[in-house]
Amino acid sequence: MLANLINGISLGSVYAIIALGYTMVYGIAKMLNFAHGDVIMVGAYVAFCAITGLGWPPILAVLASVAVCTVLGIIIEGLAYKPLRNATSLAVLITAIGVSYFLQNAALLIWTSNTKVFPNIFADLPALQLGSTQVAPVTLITVLANIVIMLALTFFTSKTKMGKAMRAVSEDKGAATLMGINVNRTISMTFAIGSGLAAIAGVLLCTAYPTLMPTTGAMPGIKAFTAAVFGGIGSIPGAMLGGVLLGVIEIFGKAYISTQLSDAIVFAVLIIVLLVKPTGLLGRKVREKV
Amino acid sequence: METMLQVQDLQVYYGSIHAIKGISFEVKEGEIVTLIGANGAGKSTTLNTVGGLLKARSGKILFEGKDLHGMAADRVVARGMALCPEGRRVFQHMTVLENLEMGAYTRPASEAADSLEKVYALFPRLKERYHQIAGTLSGGEQQMLAMGRALMSRPRLMMLDEPSMGLAPILVKQIFNIIEDMNKQGTTILLVEQNAQMALSVANRAYVLETGRISLSGDASELARSEEIKKAYLGG
Repeated sequence: MLANLINGISLGSVYAIIALGYTMVYGIAKMLNFAHGDVIMVGAYVAFCAITGLGWPPILAVLASVAVCTVLGIIIEGLAYKPLRNATSLAVLITAIGVSYFLQNAALLIWTSNTKVFPNIFADLPALQLGSTQVAPVTLITVLANIVIMLALTFFTSKTKMGKAMRAVSEDKGAATLMGINVNRTISMTFAIGSGLAAIAGVLLCTAYPTLMPTTGAMPGIKAFTAAVFGGIGSIPGAMLGGVLLGVIEIFGKAYISTQLSDAIVFAVLIIVLLVKPTGLLGRKVREKV
Repeated sequence: METMLQVQDLQVYYGSIHAIKGISFEVKEGEIVTLIGANGAGKSTTLNTVGGLLKARSGKILFEGKDLHGMAADRVVARGMALCPEGRRVFQHMTVLENLEMGAYTRPASEAADSLEKVYALFPRLKERYHQIAGTLSGGEQQMLAMGRALMSRPRLMMLDEPSMGLAPILVKQIFNIIEDMNKQGTTILLVEQNAQMALSVANRAYVLETGRISLSGDASELARSEEIKKAYLGG
């Protein structure tokens, strides 16, 4: 029971970190970046190559992975989404799916379809003993990383000039421009942060579940998107709550109901929540502008 | 008095609609100038184009002698020209103080305290409510916030788009008093209004816009007495 709860929170923390990328980008650019899941996969491959190929220490590999994904996020936004700033949302959505396929196939070319076994980067750390339950270091570190990221982002958006400018852009781009805020640069910055976080999520995910292939990011990406909607898309605390709840529901579903049905249970819960509260758990009502 | 803003033969299109058909006007330093006219005459379009939110097809927008044509709105602000938009457009989910801070986005942090004090002096209500979420303010308070926010960028020219819209008469009076105060403190003002009577009562000069063209212009008090204006815009 306790072990399942801890595993659920840990898996949910990975979803939460990924969901942050979805929710921040949605909040600011009002678009669903379906390529976000694949950025996780790229992040994991970069870390994998740095550790097993170049023999870098894990911490350096993680930093390299964050750096690569941050730049990748900026490039994706600049090349694929920026030209569509005034296009219909359907065009942007289809482009995002295209970017997703592009990243998966590029990974297939570079790293082939052979499954890589991701190294346990926390192998040297001792496990935590909670009564009769043993908690693996990666589990604990994932939860801690989630908490630190959440606190840092909350501080960033509520206390710093850049963070407040992001909130202003997410509310009203025109008014934000009139304040002298460069909207394009702010959107680019949001992609950078979201993609950097995706790299961290990728490393944590693959340390806990060590199979790495070009489609590794797809399912967690969709689950994290679900988590973002579940918690209320556009809301940072919503992403955290949605992610953790989703992880717990998934693990409990696997443990007590059915391994095969666990994903169906997750999505069923999402449907029920959206029927009862269409804006998600912590989402706020969006007033349609006339 | 030196010319602060000079607009020459401005042409603006919305897609294929020719919204502004070659208008020219100027604002001198220290003045209050108003653009009046009916709904759809092109008043807001003109302000939004000068402020950089819309691109002109042709024409010149000279601010303190430099051409702003094609310059994006976020850079126009840094040049010393602020636009307080129609419908207030305060950041609804941010606090009053955060809204004001956003107004000072282009300014160095060292000025913030001083700018805030000046804005609070003009709008004591904002000081009382600095911690309140902007969306919960009344319409009049939101208008004050929008004006205070624009002032935070320390503009030499302030453009106000329909500041009286949707406000009770007593509040309209108050807002116009504040506009005059802002002007006395050294901010040049370009005002767009449907409430022509109020606008003409505070302005030095006025331009009348009719379907994308300037049909009349002149001294505000003279225009207020003209029969033509009375009939068309002042209800008799």
